[in-house]
Amino acid sequence: MAGDNTARTVSDLFRWGPRRGNPEGAGPPPEPGADEARVLPSKILPKFLAALAHQESPVLVDLGPVVGSNITFFGERLSCKIFVEDVCAEIERHACRDAAADLPAFLETRFSGRDATADGILCWDVFDYLERRAAQALASRLVRMVKPGGSVLGFFGTDDVERHHYTKYEIVDDSRLRHRPYPATGGHRHVLLNRDIIRMFEGLEVSEQVLLQIKVREILFRKA
Amino acid sequence: MWKRDDAVRPPTPPPAAPGGPAGDATAQRPPEPKRQLERDTTVNIGKSVVIKGELNGSEDLTIEGQVEGKIELRQNVLTIGPNGKIKAQVFAKAVIVLGEVMGNVSATERVDIRDNGSVDGDIAAPRVAIADGAHFRGSIDMQRGPAQAKPAEAKPEAKAAPAPGPGQAQPASPAPQPAGQR
Repeated sequence: MAGDNTARTVSDLFRWGPRRGNPEGAGPPPEPGADEARVLPSKILPKFLAALAHQESPVLVDLGPVVGSNITFFGERLSCKIFVEDVCAEIERHACRDAAADLPAFLETRFSGRDATADGILCWDVFDYLERRAAQALASRLVRMVKPGGSVLGFFGTDDVERHHYTKYEIVDDSRLRHRPYPATGGHRHVLLNRDIIRMFEGLEVSEQVLLQIKVREILFRKA
Repeated sequence: MWKRDDAVRPPTPPPAAPGGPAGDATAQRPPEPKRQLERDTTVNIGKSVVIKGELNGSEDLTIEGQVEGKIELRQNVLTIGPNGKIKAQVFAKAVIVLGEVMGNVSATERVDIRDNGSVDGDIAAPRVAIADGAHFRGSIDMQRGPAQAKPAEAKPEAKAAPAPGPGQAQPASPAPQPAGQR
């Protein structure tokens, strides 16, 4: 018995052996794949890039956390102007202050700039972290921001699980993304039905939609 | 047992190559003076220094203190040290950020935001590198060609916040970031 404990301690020290769940009361069990980066294919990213490639010096808005390699990729590849608007940071800030109820109003005012100025918007999976009112406020603002002919890329989770991490999506190449989780105050994942997503982005058309094996729906919206 | 201890022997310079020119003596000298010279060309603004106004120069500069206003080092490298706090428009050949910058940054060569560096403002440079732990909010314009830094320069007033872009409403009051984001 003591030998088993010793073996466990040594195993813990050197991280040998199978991964064990957290002890009781030490927080939720780790989500599968939550602690490691994974490279996964994206079916919609190539189409988003192709849509931007047609534009002369496109304007791109990134709603995810800043990723240096993505900036380099877009800058060198598309010679575009990139606006980094880390919405996850705002969600986290509101979550830490227990002020999630203020988020819809905040998102409405935060983006009250010029309409029809963005050629492309990268939403990544931001909508998974927003409750319905906040999601609607952000979606309405994005619809106004995007230019006619512009595109919006979004990932929408389809499984109802607790999430305690955000994800940085790092572009590996045209059709692959490295999913890099990082800690979040977390909470419930807000699963949106397909019809709700389409309603939320009223004014945009769903150009492409793919359901991936990782239970994520990738959608490319276009503004006519 | 009777072997001499080489460690106590004074170091002797290696013999000159046979037939080598007499002037090679300079090449054998350690490169200390040159390195010293390079060190001397970088100017430091210390932690306790606060500057309000315009800062121009033709030497590489490291800022560890606070600067408010405008910084112009068009032919040189500007380094914002880990303790540096800048609230200014910045023009330089290259800008390396390890501290905090609030304001637009234009560089003719590159902008490098290192781990724990923070920039709230618009960046215009042909090459931009942002480290993983860095904070950035604003826009990035990676134009091609040196002449394109001009649009940002043409603005008459010094501006210490990102220009309003798509979806940006209040450039002068960027939201504070939680410590976890850094």
